[in-house]
Amino acid sequence: MELIWEGLRKALELLLRLDPEVLRITLLSLKVSGIATFISVVLGLGLALTVALNAFPGKRLVIALMNTGMGLPPVVVGLFVTVLLWRNGPLGFLGILYTPTAIILAQAVIATPIIAGLSLAALQHLPPGLRLQILALGATRTQMIWLLLKEARLPLLAAIMAGFGGVISEVGASIMVGGNLKGSTRVLTTATVMETSRGNFEIAFALSFILLVLAFSVNALLTHLQQRSRRR
Amino acid sequence: MSRATIFQARDLQVHRGSARVLEVPALDLRAGEVLALMGPNGAGKSTLLLTLAGLLPPTAGTLHFRGTRLHSRADRDAYRRCMTMVFQDPLLFDATVAQNIASGLKLRGLSAAERQPQVEDWARRLGLGHLLHRPAHQLSGGEAQRTALARAFVLRPEILFLDEPFSALDSRTRGELVNDLSHILAETGTTAVITTHEQGEAARLAHRLAVMQGGRIVQLGGLREVLNHPEDPFVAAFVGMETLLKGQVVTCRDGLLFLRVRKDSGDRAMVALGEAQPGQTVLVGVRPEHVALSLQTDNTSSARNAFPGTVTKVIPHGPFFKIELDCGFFLTAFVTAQSLSELDLQPGRPVVASFKATAVHLIRREGLDAQL
Repeated sequence: MELIWEGLRKALELLLRLDPEVLRITLLSLKVSGIATFISVVLGLGLALTVALNAFPGKRLVIALMNTGMGLPPVVVGLFVTVLLWRNGPLGFLGILYTPTAIILAQAVIATPIIAGLSLAALQHLPPGLRLQILALGATRTQMIWLLLKEARLPLLAAIMAGFGGVISEVGASIMVGGNLKGSTRVLTTATVMETSRGNFEIAFALSFILLVLAFSVNALLTHLQQRSRRR
Repeated sequence: MSRATIFQARDLQVHRGSARVLEVPALDLRAGEVLALMGPNGAGKSTLLLTLAGLLPPTAGTLHFRGTRLHSRADRDAYRRCMTMVFQDPLLFDATVAQNIASGLKLRGLSAAERQPQVEDWARRLGLGHLLHRPAHQLSGGEAQRTALARAFVLRPEILFLDEPFSALDSRTRGELVNDLSHILAETGTTAVITTHEQGEAARLAHRLAVMQGGRIVQLGGLREVLNHPEDPFVAAFVGMETLLKGQVVTCRDGLLFLRVRKDSGDRAMVALGEAQPGQTVLVGVRPEHVALSLQTDNTSSARNAFPGTVTKVIPHGPFFKIELDCGFFLTAFVTAQSLSELDLQPGRPVVASFKATAVHLIRREGLDAQL
C-alpha cells in the first residue's frame, strides 16, 4: 500500500517538475498511439463501410476474419511486423525497425480490426431500410454515407475509444518493434515494464498513473463528444 | 378524367438469385393519381414499389420518367430528387422533428432560412406544430409517421411512394392518418403509389387499384372496377369480399341515411346508418357475410335493403358457399350448405339479396365525383 502512495507522490513530483524524460515518453506515447488510431479509423471505417454497404460472395467470411482480428495478441503482431521489417525482410529496405514509425505500424495493425469490427457492428445495427430512406430523400452516395455515419456516431465513437485504448495500453508489439530505446522509442508501457524489472517501483507506478490519466483524458474527451451529440 | 402519363415501366423483371420475384409487362402512372398495390405478403408489392422508385435496379426492363429513360446511375440520381418514399418504419434521424422534416431540403443545399418556413408549414399541416423541437426518439408511433410524411411532402415530390405506411399503427391512429393523408393528397394533387393490405385504406385513398400475386399484377383498373368486377378467383377472394357502390345521399334523419344507388338497370334506394349531408356522394360497401338470400322479398324481415338478382357462380368457401350474384352490380353472399340446397342455388337462379341498414359500410372521400 505504501508503495502505491509513494508511486502517486513520485508521479505527481515527476509531473509537476515536468521531468523532460517523462514528458518525452508521455508525448511519444500519445503521438504514436494517436497516429496509429487515426490510421486505423481511416482504414477500419473504410473497411466497415465497404462490407456494410455491399453484398459480395464471402461476406460472412470477411466479417468473421474482422471479428477474429479484434482479438489479435499484440505480441503476435509484434513478431510479424518485426520479421517484416527485419533487415533482410520484405520491408527491410525501409529501415524503420526500432523507430516510432515501426510502433505506429504495429499499433495500426492491432487497432484497425478493432475499429473495423466495432464500426461494422455499429453500421449493421442501423435499421435495414435507413440507407434506402436516405437515398429516397435525394441524397447523393457521399451524403448517404455521411448520414449513416452520423446516425451511428455513438457506437462509432465507442469503436474509436476501444481502438485507442487497445494501443495506448499494449506493450508486446511496442517493445518488439520499437526496442524501448531511450530517447527514441521508449513509450509509457515499455518504460513501465523496464522500471518494474529493475525494481524501480516508484517510477513504474508514476508512469502507470500517467498512462491511466492519459487514457482517461482521451476517453473523457471522446465521451464528451459522444454524449453531447446525444443530448441534442 | 384523362391525365397525362408521367411515368412508364415496361417489361420489368426482378430476379433474386435464380428466382423471378417480379414480372410486370407494363405499368403507367398518370399525373395526380393515387395507385394502390394490394396483395398478400410476398406478392411483390414492395419490390415493385422500390423498383418504380429507382431504389432497386431491375434485372430487365425500362423505366421512363417524363419521357426520359432512367438508364445510367446519373439518371436515377436525378430521378431520386423528383420523388420520395415513406416506409412502414418511419426511419427518422436521431434529431428533432424540425431537423427531420428539413433533412431532404438540406440534402438539396437549401439554406436554413429557406428551409424554416417550409418546415413549419408542413409540420403544421400534419399536426406537428407543437412538436418541432422534440427529439424523434420521444415521439409516439403516429407522431413519428406524421414526421416521416411531413419530411416527404416538404420536398413537393412529383411522385410519392408509400410502402405500407400505416401497418405498424393501431387502428385509431391509422384512421386519423389515412384521413389526413387523403386530404393532403387531394389538396396537393400529388401522384402517389401506396402498398397496403388494408382494403379500407385503398378505398379511402386510391383512384386505381392493382392486385398482385406471385410477382405479377393480376388485375389493374379503377378502384370500383377491380373491387366490384374481379377478373379471376384470386382477385375475387382477395378484394371481392366487399361490394362497393357509388351512391348519393337523399335525406338523413334519426341517424338513418337514405341513399340513391346507381345501377346498370336504373337507380335504387338503399338505407344505411350514419351521418352525411343530403346531396353528398359516398361509396357504400357490403360484406358477403351480411347478405342474406331468399326466393322472394320478405316483408317481415328487418333487412331494409333488398335487391333482386341472379346467381352467377357458386364457390365452396370453407364451411360455407360463396354465392356471386348479378344484381345489376357485383354482390357476394355467404350461405350454408343447408340454404344452398333449400334455395336450390345454382347459376341462373333468380334470388333476392337483402341486408340490414347496419350492414352498409359508408366511405366518404374527398372530391369523389371527380375521381370516380
